[in-house]
Amino acid sequence: MGVTEKHMSRDKKKRPPAGQFITTQFNSLLGWARKFSLFHYPFVTACCGMEYMSAACAHFDIDRFGAGWTRFSPRQSDMLLVVGTITHKEAPVLRTVYEQMTEPKWVVAFGTCAVSGGIYDNYAVVQGIDRIIPVDIYIPGCPPRPETVLDGLLKLQEKIQHQDQDWRWKKRTY
Amino acid sequence: MPTRIQKEARPDTMLLNMGPSHPAMHGTIRIMLELDGERILNSEVEVGYLHRGFEKTCEHRTYFNLLPYTDRLNYVSPLINNLGYVMTVEKMLGVVVPERAQHIRVLMSELSRISDHLTCLAAMAMECGAFTVFLYKMKAREFIWDVIEQTTGARMTTSYIRIGGVRADLHTDFDVVLKKAVAETRGVLKDVHGLLDKNKIFLNRTRDVAVMSPEDAVAYGWTGPCLRSTGVLYDVRKAFPYLIYDRLNWDVPLGERGDNFDRYLVRMREMEQSLRIVEQAAARIPKTSPALTAGGIEPSAAIRDSRRRRVREAVALSPNLEGSEEYRYPDILASDKGYVVPPKEETYTSIEGLINHFKFFMRGHGIRPPKGDVYFAVEGGNGELGFYIVSDGTDRPYRLHLRAPCFHIVAALEQLIRGRYVADVIPTFGSMNMIGGELDR
Repeated sequence: MGVTEKHMSRDKKKRPPAGQFITTQFNSLLGWARKFSLFHYPFVTACCGMEYMSAACAHFDIDRFGAGWTRFSPRQSDMLLVVGTITHKEAPVLRTVYEQMTEPKWVVAFGTCAVSGGIYDNYAVVQGIDRIIPVDIYIPGCPPRPETVLDGLLKLQEKIQHQDQDWRWKKRTY
Repeated sequence: MPTRIQKEARPDTMLLNMGPSHPAMHGTIRIMLELDGERILNSEVEVGYLHRGFEKTCEHRTYFNLLPYTDRLNYVSPLINNLGYVMTVEKMLGVVVPERAQHIRVLMSELSRISDHLTCLAAMAMECGAFTVFLYKMKAREFIWDVIEQTTGARMTTSYIRIGGVRADLHTDFDVVLKKAVAETRGVLKDVHGLLDKNKIFLNRTRDVAVMSPEDAVAYGWTGPCLRSTGVLYDVRKAFPYLIYDRLNWDVPLGERGDNFDRYLVRMREMEQSLRIVEQAAARIPKTSPALTAGGIEPSAAIRDSRRRRVREAVALSPNLEGSEEYRYPDILASDKGYVVPPKEETYTSIEGLINHFKFFMRGHGIRPPKGDVYFAVEGGNGELGFYIVSDGTDRPYRLHLRAPCFHIVAALEQLIRGRYVADVIPTFGSMNMIGGELDR
């Protein structure tokens, strides 16, 4: 420690120390920052919630990937996890929650019911949440194992890194 | 359309909506509160946000095929739901289940009960602000799910308990994993007792809050830990013993006051009793299975060798990966032809076996119980989990009704929170263990 400081102070006058600047594009810098600070809102309705709890807790620890902070308010979160079956009665609630979230926002369909209705092909269940809101990542499984959830999260991060960051907060059109 | 509470509300009060998407309403339920300041004058509970048409769907599935739907009723303890449905059908058919399968069923349903209670209390404690308890209990649940996964091949939705027995035998390492899970769970229970039992904040929010009298509890149709917290001794495992429960040594913990704290404490004590049952069942299980002596080479070694030579040795697969081999049948599945999946050796090698296979799986054939109706109940995580099946002699139930324990428990929520504060809704609701899949079906 002492040696380094002495070395640094001696060299300071001669030339600027290395590592003081980086070259990047603002788009990828913003993507890098966004993908590791995902605040998620778990819209937990059904069975998949159990696996969501497992993924979020100590054994699998979603925090390792920068998505550890669960916000229970849609206004404070930017990743909407739709965990479980969405029935026709629940659908307007989900739509409201999605619209309350501020841009930028991403939606994860967690489990087969959210992806496609799953085994509940009947009068009561919405056949996939992409009929109501746009979806970024689909995680299959009934329910998905926590490893699958983490894999889906990594894929979402990759998507965020490479997308057009929309950093002037333009109005999104669907 | 105005609801009841909107019509009845006094003009000077405030209506507040809790749910269906609310941080403290785990699961989907909507509670409309009529408030005078912080005090709840009146409330209305609206259910049905997770109605997935379970009962109607079952009328279009064969008795064998509708098993996966029962996994998703009380999704915290799927194996008990499997057991309830399967034993109802077995009662109709009169199937006798082998001794070893009965022990495995008891083991699995008690492990599920522990995971159910752990999840309920974890959510309840988290909503009261005790996040440490939540993390500890989830840790214990993972160890229990390790046992379940090793045995059934799935973590949650297992479809493991089949008509006539169970799907696969226990793994050879079962005892090791079970011992670890039991030890870890005991440790967590001890920690949680230390964290919560004398915790002033927790006690203030739960002690003497939402007190239920035994008379009201019975009148509402409460069962399970919630009923026992009021001091009423009713446990399906003791009152109408099934499987091997009457041969094991265990107690039914009872509460005294019927408040939130008693509901918490009864669940904690029940987990200790479940661990006792698990240990006894694991010690008494008949050691006759070939799985315990099964040898063979590792699958990876077999694949490697198969590139050079024909592998003739047996391959040691996990029992839940194997199919329905005939030599396992006497231990874990009933021998009745037509009620259980025919052995694969016969299906692939003989014409009679192939016909048996087709007869089992073809529409209009398969399991066809006699005409009539039957009700059977097991002790689920929340209480008496009953299945009522009406059969018209075809391969599909004419009507299937589920007696969901938490439906009756949630029905009393309006009475329990009347006159209390808004903050009391959260521990009260948490201690009830509302499970959407079971409540709304």
